[in-house]
Amino acid sequence: MSLSIDNLYGLEGVPKADIDQILDTAFSFREVLDRPVKKVPTLKGTTVVNLFFEPSTRTKNSFALAEKRLSADTVNFSAASSSLEKGESLKDTIQNLFAMKMDVVVMRHPTPGSVKMLGDFVDAVIINAGDGTHEHPTQALLDMMSIKEKFGKLEDLNITIVGDIKHSRVALSNIYGLKTMGANVMLCAPPTFLPAEVDSLGVEVTYDINEALDFADAVNVLRIQKERQGKGLIPSLREYRQTFGITRDRLEKLKKPITIMHPGPMNRQVEIDSEIADGENAIILDQVLNGVAIRMAVLFLLSGN
Amino acid sequence: MQKKNIQGKYLLKGGEIVDPSHDSIEKKDILIEKGRIKKIGKNIKEDGETKVIDVKGLKISPGFVDLHTHLREPGQEDAETIASGAQAALSGGFTRICCMPNTKPSISTQESVQFILNKARNLDVKVMPIASITKDRKGEQLTEFAELAKTGAVAFSDDGNPVESAQMMRNALEYSKIVDMPILNHSEDQDLKNDGLINEGSVSTSTGLPGNPAMAEEIMIYRDLRIAEFTGARLHIPHVTTKGSVELIRKAKEKGVKVTAEVTPHHITLTDEYMRSFNTLGKVAPPLRSEDDKKALIGGLKDGTIDAIATDHAPHTYNKKETSLDLAANGMIGLESALGLVLTQLVHEEEMSLMEVIKKLTIKPAAIINEELPCFQEGEKAEFTVFSSDEWWVFNKKSIYSRSSNTPFIGRELNGRVKKVVIGSKVIEI
Repeated sequence: MSLSIDNLYGLEGVPKADIDQILDTAFSFREVLDRPVKKVPTLKGTTVVNLFFEPSTRTKNSFALAEKRLSADTVNFSAASSSLEKGESLKDTIQNLFAMKMDVVVMRHPTPGSVKMLGDFVDAVIINAGDGTHEHPTQALLDMMSIKEKFGKLEDLNITIVGDIKHSRVALSNIYGLKTMGANVMLCAPPTFLPAEVDSLGVEVTYDINEALDFADAVNVLRIQKERQGKGLIPSLREYRQTFGITRDRLEKLKKPITIMHPGPMNRQVEIDSEIADGENAIILDQVLNGVAIRMAVLFLLSGN
Repeated sequence: MQKKNIQGKYLLKGGEIVDPSHDSIEKKDILIEKGRIKKIGKNIKEDGETKVIDVKGLKISPGFVDLHTHLREPGQEDAETIASGAQAALSGGFTRICCMPNTKPSISTQESVQFILNKARNLDVKVMPIASITKDRKGEQLTEFAELAKTGAVAFSDDGNPVESAQMMRNALEYSKIVDMPILNHSEDQDLKNDGLINEGSVSTSTGLPGNPAMAEEIMIYRDLRIAEFTGARLHIPHVTTKGSVELIRKAKEKGVKVTAEVTPHHITLTDEYMRSFNTLGKVAPPLRSEDDKKALIGGLKDGTIDAIATDHAPHTYNKKETSLDLAANGMIGLESALGLVLTQLVHEEEMSLMEVIKKLTIKPAAIINEELPCFQEGEKAEFTVFSSDEWWVFNKKSIYSRSSNTPFIGRELNGRVKKVVIGSKVIEI
C-alpha cells in the first residue's frame, strides 16, 4: 500500500484512505518511540533537507527528531525569506541545494503557496511544514492522531476550533482533514479573526464561546498572537480572554468534560487558563509526542521505502 | 512577423470592412496608393501595376488603440523597450498605444515625454505617453499638465500608485480642465487593500492568501466619481474589476458625470479560481476577481458602461515572477493575446456583436484621449488591422514579441487571430 499523493502540500483534497494510512503508520511508529532504543534504519541512505524560511522551534525539532529516528541523513537550512531575497532568489537557493542531490524537502515559508511552487523547481518529495496562513498539514495530522487516540475514531465527532482562524494554517489544515474524516467542525472567533465567506469551508461558525464548547467533544485552542491587538483586530487581550478564553468557569458549566488541545506555543491566561492546559482533560503533550510519530509516518510513506 | 514596404499601388481584396464609425460591416476591396486609400468599393479591378493582397474571409478594421501599455523604458529595458513593446503591439493588431508613466524615472517632465517620442519616432506604431499626475508619482505635487500636453502627453495617471489624497485628486481633476484630458487613477484604497494578494473571497479563504476586498477599489472609485461630478472634469477609470465598480460607473454616467472606463482582457477571462494554483502569473493589480464580478464586467461592456478594452500589458522578466507570491511583480503581458481573448470571450461565448467589440478596441479608446482615427474613406491614411474573427489557434511563445513572456495564456486556445497590419505603404504579416 502506498499513498495516492506524491508530496504533502496540504490536506485539501487528500483522500480519506491516505489520511487513514498515515495515521495507522504513525500509531505503529508510536510504539517505536516507546522502546528503549528509539531508532529504526528505515530511511538509511535517504537525504532530507529541512528548509526553514521562517523561525520555528517546535516543528523544526519535531521533524529533526523524526528524521533521526528513521536514520535519514539531514541537512538544515534556515534563513529569513526577506534577507534571502535581497541576495539570492528562492529558486537559486533551492536549485543550489538540489544540485547536491536531495531526496526529501521539508519546507516552511511565510508565504502561502511557496512550498507548492518549490515543487515545480525540483525533483524531490516535498513536505509542507507550514506555508504562511495556508496549511500546516503535519500539525493537523498529529491533531487528528491525538483525537483518534483519545476517542478511537474521528467520524461524527464534534471538534471546535477557537482563535485566530483567519491567520492560522493550523485551522485550515484541521478543517480540511477533519471534514474528510467525517468529523463536524465548528469555529469560534471574533469576526475580525474569521476569513471571508467562511461558510464555504463547510463549517459552522459562532461568536459564542459557550455554544462552541457545548457542541464540542474536543476543542482545539489556537494561539493568539499578541501583535494582533496592535492592529486593531481585537480591543485587548483582556477582552479576548473574557469573551473567548478557555477558562475553568466556562468548562465547569458544561454537562460533560471535553478534551483540550493546543498546537503551542501557549499564551497562558490569554486563550487558555493554566489549570486547564495542565489539567486532566488536556492532551497537549500527547500532541507533541504524536507529532514525531506523524512526521516519521509521512517521511516514511512519501519517500517510497 | 514580416514587413513589406510596397512602393506602388496595392489592393486588399476579398475582405470585409468592419467600420465602427459607420456601424457597417461590408464586403469591400480597398485600393491603397502612397499609403492612402485611393479607392474603396465592391470588386475593384486591379491593373497590371497593382499588387493584390488576398484577404478573403478576413475582417478589416481600423488599427487597434491601447490605452494602457507598460513599455518599461527608461529603467527596465530588460523587461521591455519602446521598440520591443511596439513590436508586441503590432503583432496584437494595435497601431496606437498609450504608455504608462511608471518608468524609472517616471514620465513626469517634458524631457521624459520627449524621450519617449524620440525613441518611438521611427516605429510603425504610434506611441502616446501618459504623463504622471504628480511628480515622480509620489502624490505630492502636480506635474505641469499644460506643458506636458504641449509636448505630447495625452492623459495623466500615477499608474500603480493610487492618488491617496482626495484633495490632490480634486486638484488634479480641476486643473486638468485646461487641457481637456482625462485623469486616470489606479483605484485601490491601500489601507483596505491591507497587503492583500488576491481577491478576498472563498478562494482567499481556502488558500490562506491575504485578501484584497472589492470595496478597496469601489470606495476609491466612488470618491473619484464624486470629485469628477463636483468639478465637471474628465475621469477615466482604468482596469475596472468589480461588480460594484460597474454599478457605480453606470449610475454616474446616468447622472452625466464625465467618466469613461476600461477593462482588461484578463479580467473578463480569468477569475480568482486561477489563484488556487498559486501561480504568480495570475498576480495582477487589481486582482483577478470572482465569477460574479467577471459577469458584471461583461455586462458593463454590453450596455456601454465600460467604454474600452485596454490590455494593461505589463512585462516582467521571469525572475520577477519566479518567486513567492508576496514578492512577485504585478501584471501580465497582454498586447499579443488581446484580440484572441476578447473575441473568444465576448463574441463567441457571450454573443456580443463583433462591431461593439471592435469599437471598444478602436474609436472608443481613441475618443477618450482625443485621438481621431483615419476612417474608411478615399484620401484617408491606411491604418488597418486585418484579422480572422473565428480562426482557432493556440497562443504560444512564438506569438510573443514582447521581451517578456509573463502570461498565463500560453497554451490557451483562442478563437480569432490578427493576420496583418497595414500602416501606410507597409503591410506587416503577423
